[in-house]
Amino acid sequence: MSQSVAAISGPVLSLGARVRDSRDLLGLFFMLPATVVLLAFMAYPLGLGIWLGLTDTTIGRRGVFIGLENYEYLMDDSVFWLSVFNTALYTVAASVIKFAIGLYLALLLNKRMPFKAFIRAIVLLPWIVPTVLSAIAFWWIYDAQFSIISWVLVKLGLIDEYIDFLGSPGPARASVIAANIWRGVPFVAISLLAGLQTVPASLYEASTMDGANAWQRFRYVTMPMLTPIIAVVMTFSVLFTFTDFQLIYVLTRGGPINTTHLMATLSFQRAIPGGHLGEGAAIATAMIPFLIVAIVFSYYGLQNRKWQQRAGND
Amino acid sequence: MSEFTRRDTLKMGAGAAALAAGSGLVAPRAARAALNIQPESGAKLRLLRWKRFVAGDETLWMENTKKFTQTTGIPVRVDNESWEDVRPKAAVAANIGAGPDIILGWYDDPHQYPDKLVDLSELADYLGNKYGGWYPVAESYGTSHGRWIGLPLGAAGACIVYRQSHVQAAGFDGVPGDTGGFLKLCQALHAKGTPAAFALGNAVGDGNTWAHWILWSHGGKVVDKDGNVVINSDETRAALEYAAELYKTFIPGTTSWLDGNNNKAFLAGKISLTANGISIYYAAKTTNHPLTPDIYHANLPVGPVGHPAELHLLTQAMVMGYTKYPNAAKAYLQFMWEKEQYEPWQEAVQGYITQPLRAYEKNPVWTEDPKNTPYRDLVARMQNNGYAGPLGYASAAVMADYVVVNMVAEAASGARTPKQAMERAQKRAERYYKV
Repeated sequence: MSQSVAAISGPVLSLGARVRDSRDLLGLFFMLPATVVLLAFMAYPLGLGIWLGLTDTTIGRRGVFIGLENYEYLMDDSVFWLSVFNTALYTVAASVIKFAIGLYLALLLNKRMPFKAFIRAIVLLPWIVPTVLSAIAFWWIYDAQFSIISWVLVKLGLIDEYIDFLGSPGPARASVIAANIWRGVPFVAISLLAGLQTVPASLYEASTMDGANAWQRFRYVTMPMLTPIIAVVMTFSVLFTFTDFQLIYVLTRGGPINTTHLMATLSFQRAIPGGHLGEGAAIATAMIPFLIVAIVFSYYGLQNRKWQQRAGND
Repeated sequence: MSEFTRRDTLKMGAGAAALAAGSGLVAPRAARAALNIQPESGAKLRLLRWKRFVAGDETLWMENTKKFTQTTGIPVRVDNESWEDVRPKAAVAANIGAGPDIILGWYDDPHQYPDKLVDLSELADYLGNKYGGWYPVAESYGTSHGRWIGLPLGAAGACIVYRQSHVQAAGFDGVPGDTGGFLKLCQALHAKGTPAAFALGNAVGDGNTWAHWILWSHGGKVVDKDGNVVINSDETRAALEYAAELYKTFIPGTTSWLDGNNNKAFLAGKISLTANGISIYYAAKTTNHPLTPDIYHANLPVGPVGHPAELHLLTQAMVMGYTKYPNAAKAYLQFMWEKEQYEPWQEAVQGYITQPLRAYEKNPVWTEDPKNTPYRDLVARMQNNGYAGPLGYASAAVMADYVVVNMVAEAASGARTPKQAMERAQKRAERYYKV
């Protein structure tokens, strides 16, 4: 206060003092660390990756700009299109099922029940365990000779032979999707649970008084109120699933015969062991359009609707 | 002599000088054979190597390294990485120009960045002359355009590992030496309920080894010596049809098998025959596994092509160009490859690594346990992974993308007909071999 008075009537302040006073400049200054991190560790690698996709760089040799040649080749590459198909299938199937199970779990956990905090902690466990560790555990569970699931089913007399989980395309895809669902459900469940708890109880009371049954309460009160949360959660879930690498790499390395290769794992295989950084970067860059669509989709979901804002005014 | 003139003195001096020069001509030849490498003063080295497969490897390697440090005063730090991670790490180090001084890589790694590596020709010639010569395949892996860029340490090779009792019960004395007889053996084993199995997933070790053996033993190959892709051929078709017949005798699930699966299955008694390194036998011996007396080894059979045509995991040392101490690095490599260090190390590894130099064939480790002997000749029996063309980016990329493994897996499991599998492999390989 006194400083600004002094600024009006006193001597001219130094540049440093004026910077400190100017709130805009101060704001920029505070943002600097975050900006540096974003630029150095996110924007630069992204830009470099996109640039590499336009060159024929290999590990151990600089490349030259070749335009869209990598992409032209990928258009004709059956393994690449297989990986696109696998990624789309994997993402859609896993996300839909994760959403369904996650929402169901969230609704369950929202009710009054004993040991609620304990159960919520347990539900969160698959998400917290490092993916590589749970992937290794699944690798044993899916083993064609030593699977615990097969052993139990054989002992129960339900099947004769051990199940070949990862040996043929159909079962292999189902198995990795199942592993992904197991790992990803907690994220969806806990986030939706948090969202459920922001729905005002008064809305439920009002709808009950109007004669709504449980299903109608869910459809006309819960779901609309949850929509913004769902949009955010599912965007993240889709993004994580689409770019999944660890599960596939540990379980199948993309096999059998490339039928569980995702774009991320194929990109790695071509770029690092294969040495073709340019081509690997092109595959990784090809993921961007899909991801942008997912983000745009959620952006519209995030828009707060007017009637949602009125909800708080009882 | 009455008078000693100046002329006489000069003549005597010239004679003495000539004598000295004459004897001088003899001595340098002997000095060349001794290979006097002078390490830089204040040198210290960093070695990146793949993590040991068998415990004895690390023990002896570190012991030898310590001996080197005691003898020369050069400290050596040894970093161990999982064997699949060493290759990309080596490539990255070469690319950015910083990292370990010496890297123990695999296959054709040095051929990915030959200009970034120190010339090892002098050292390689010395070792070759002293130890009976390099096997031809070791020389093809170690040299690029006549210049040695890698020093092969040996190959972690695969033989047929089988249960003697089951093979005998199936009506055979041992493993037949030809592919025709081998197929009959596998069919008989399958009929007796003691089947064979080989890895058909993206198993970078076992998958590549046996897929290339199937292809090459029938005369197929990815490229000819001019680098033209010739995988789509009658010989390849014969190989794939053979693989399909063999696959019918396997247990289910092999298309998902990575490198460890056949070890597990064999030691659990689920399969009676597979191709693997000596690690199954080693693991059984060291844990006193009940199967140990029944485990026997045989070389991979020879196919219609008439001579051994195998692929084994060749490992070689590279000295990176950015190192500040190239001479110290060469001195270290020389030390570790010399008989006083290499032979005890091979002994401790229990035959896991087959030597690249002929003299080490006489290492007692190969005969003191007769079951080790089939592993002795693996480097003599192998071809390099770029066969029949040159090693380089293309050969490495084709192998890293599992072109041959996928082709064999597709045809064997019936996912595609042999013709389709060959055509797909041809197209994929052509992409990498284009100029």
